[in-house]
Amino acid sequence: MLNSYLPLLVILLLSAFIGVAILVLSALLSRKNASPIKLMPYECGMDPIGNARRRFAVRFFLIGMLFIVFDIELIFLFPWAAIYEKLLMFGFIEMLIFVLVLLLGLIYVWKKGALEWE
Amino acid sequence: MIPIPAINLGSILPALILCAAGLVVLAVGLFVRRGAVTVAALISLVGIVLAFMTNSPLRALNAEAFSGLVAADSFCWFLNILILIAVGLTVLISAKYLADEGMALPEYFVLLLFCAAGMMFMVSGNHILVIFIGLETLSISVYVLAGIHPAIPRSQESALKYLLLGAFSSGLFLYGAALLYGSAGSLALPALAKYFQAGSTSLMAKAGMGLLLIGFGFKVAAVPFHMWTPDVYEGAPTPITAFMSVGVKAAAFAAFVRVFFDSLAALQVNWSQILWVLALVTMILGNLAALVQDNIKRMLAYSSIAHAGYILVGMVAGHTEGTSALLYYLLAYTFTNMGAFGVVALVGRKGEANNMIDDYRGLAKLHPLLAVTMAIFLFSLAGVPPTAGFVGKFTIFSAAVKEGYVGLVIVGVLTSAISVYYYFRVVMKMYMEAPATEPQALHFGPAVVVGLLIAAVGVLYIGIFPITYLDLAAKSVMPLF
Amino acid sequence: MVTLHHYLVVSAALFALGVIGVMIRRNLIVVLMCLELMLNAVNLSFVAFSHYLGSLEGQVFVLFVMVVAAAEVAVGLAIAVAVFRQKGSIDVNDVNLMKW
Repeated sequence: MLNSYLPLLVILLLSAFIGVAILVLSALLSRKNASPIKLMPYECGMDPIGNARRRFAVRFFLIGMLFIVFDIELIFLFPWAAIYEKLLMFGFIEMLIFVLVLLLGLIYVWKKGALEWE
Repeated sequence: MIPIPAINLGSILPALILCAAGLVVLAVGLFVRRGAVTVAALISLVGIVLAFMTNSPLRALNAEAFSGLVAADSFCWFLNILILIAVGLTVLISAKYLADEGMALPEYFVLLLFCAAGMMFMVSGNHILVIFIGLETLSISVYVLAGIHPAIPRSQESALKYLLLGAFSSGLFLYGAALLYGSAGSLALPALAKYFQAGSTSLMAKAGMGLLLIGFGFKVAAVPFHMWTPDVYEGAPTPITAFMSVGVKAAAFAAFVRVFFDSLAALQVNWSQILWVLALVTMILGNLAALVQDNIKRMLAYSSIAHAGYILVGMVAGHTEGTSALLYYLLAYTFTNMGAFGVVALVGRKGEANNMIDDYRGLAKLHPLLAVTMAIFLFSLAGVPPTAGFVGKFTIFSAAVKEGYVGLVIVGVLTSAISVYYYFRVVMKMYMEAPATEPQALHFGPAVVVGLLIAAVGVLYIGIFPITYLDLAAKSVMPLF
Repeated sequence: MVTLHHYLVVSAALFALGVIGVMIRRNLIVVLMCLELMLNAVNLSFVAFSHYLGSLEGQVFVLFVMVVAAAEVAVGLAIAVAVFRQKGSIDVNDVNLMKW
C-alpha cells in the first residue's frame, strides 16, 4: 500500500529540489543592476501613473456591498430553476414573492441615490 | 411531480405580518417627506397589534408546520407575546427619542420590525436551520440599529464591536451545528433528540453541543461570553439598548431552552453542570461589576448580565418548574427593563448627554411621577416585593431549591442583596440629593407616557397577581416535556 | 483515497485559522475576512458530511450560511466605512471610546 506512494514522494522531493535550486542559482549567479526602468511592473508599455497600493474611493465599497447582497440571492434561484418544471404554479408564486421583496430593496436603493456615481 | 408540503401560514402569521409591516414602512418612508417617523411608528404599531391578534390561535395549535421546520405551540405563543410587548414598547419610546435627536429615519422601524420577526422565527424554530436564520435576522438588524445614531461616535463603535463578536459567536454556533449534523445526520430537533436518546453519543456530538452552548452564551450575555455587553449597551441608542437587553435575551433564551430541553435532554447531566458554573460566575461578576459603574446605561448593562445569571439558574433547575419560572422571569424582566431604559432615554436628553447616575440627582423634585416610575422599575430589578421582579426571583430560586441546587440559590440571594445597593443608589440620588445645576424640565410626548405607564402597570400587576401568569408560563412549557 | 476525515481536518484547520485571525489581526477588513473564513470552514464540513451521509440537508444549510455571510459582510463593510469616516482609520485598536 505505502509502496505505491513511493514514486509520488520521489517526484515531490525532486520537484522541490529543482525549484529551490533554480531560485538559489539565479540569486547567486545573476548580475544585479537595478534601475528605475527595470523595476517598473512592465518594462515596455505604459508608464505607471501612481502607486497601486492607494486607497479606493468609498463609493466602490458602497457598490460592492450592494453587489454582494443582490448577487448572493441568486443562490436561491439555482435550485429553484433546476426543478422549476416540477414545481408548477406553486414554485412560480413563491419565487415571485421572493423577487418582489428584492425589487422593493432595489427601489429603495435607487430612491436613496446609492446607484448614482457622482 | 414533487409533492408540495402542506403550507400552514397560520403558524408563522405573526412573524409574516411584522415582515409585511416592515416592507410597507420601507415603501412609505420613501415617499412621505414630512412626518415620516410618525407615520412609520403608527404603521409599526398597527402591524404589532395585528400580529398580536393573529398570535392567539398558536396557543392551542401545538403542531409542527412546514415539514417540521417550525413548531407552532404554546411555548412559541408565550414568547411571541413577550417579543411583541418588547417591540411595541420600543416603538412607543423611540418616537420621542428620534424626534429629539433629529433622526428622521423610517428605516429605524423597518429594522425593528424585521428584528422582531427574526426573534419569532427563532423561538418557533424546530430545526437548527430556522433557529440560525432567525438568529441572524435579528442580529444583523440589531447591528445596524446599534450604529444608527449618526452624531454619537459611540454608537458606531458599539455597532462595530457587536458585529465582530456577534459574527464570531455565530461562527462558533454554526461549527457546533455542523458537528451535530455529522453525528446525528439531521439538524431537526426531534431527530437530534432521537440520536441522543439512542445513547451512543460521540465525542464530536458533545463538542458540537459545547459550541452551541457557547454561541447561545454569547447571545444571552453569560459570563465569560459577556465582554461585548457593557460597551454595546452603552453606545447604542437607548431605546435600542432597551430592546436588545429584553428582546434579544428573551429570544436567545427561548431557543436555548428549546434546543437543550427538547433535543439535548438526554445529555442534561452534562450540560446542566456547565450551566451551573456559568450561572454562578455570571451572577457574581455581573453584580460586582455593576457596583462600580457611574454611567447608568453601563450599570444597567452589567445588571442585565446579572439577570442572565438568574435566568440560567432557572435553566439549571430544569423540568417544568425551572423553565416556567424562567418564562415568568423573562416576562417580568421585559416590563421592568423596557421601563427602566425608557426613563433613561427620557432623562438622557439630546445627544444622550445625561447618562450619568449623578444626572438623576433631584429628579423627584422636578418630576415626581417619573421618579416614582423609575423607582418601581429599580425595585423590580432589585427584586423587592410586590413587584414582578420579586416573584420572578422567588419562583426561580424555589424551583432550584426543589431540585437541590441550594448552593447556587445561596449565591443568588447574596448577589441580589448586593444588587440592592446599586439600584438603590439611583433611588437615593433621585430623592435625597439636590441637582448640581439648575435643572431644566423634561419634555414628554404622549407615546412615551403611554409606554412607561404600560410598563409600570405591567410590573406591578403581574407582581401583585402573579398566579395567572405563573400558570400561563407553566402551561406554555408543556410542549417541551 | 480522500476520506471524510481529510475534509474535516482541513475544515477544522481553516476554522482555527479564522479564529486566530479574528483574535490577533487588527485591520478591520482582515478581521472580516477571517470571520468569512470561519463560516466557509463550516460550509466545508457541512458539504463533506452531506456527501458522506447522503443527505441533502447539509447542502441546503450551506446555501443559507452563504447568504447570511454575505449580509453580515455587507453590514460589516458599511460599519467599517462609517467608522473610517469618523476616525480616519480602520484599526480595531483605534476604536476605543469605551473601555473593553
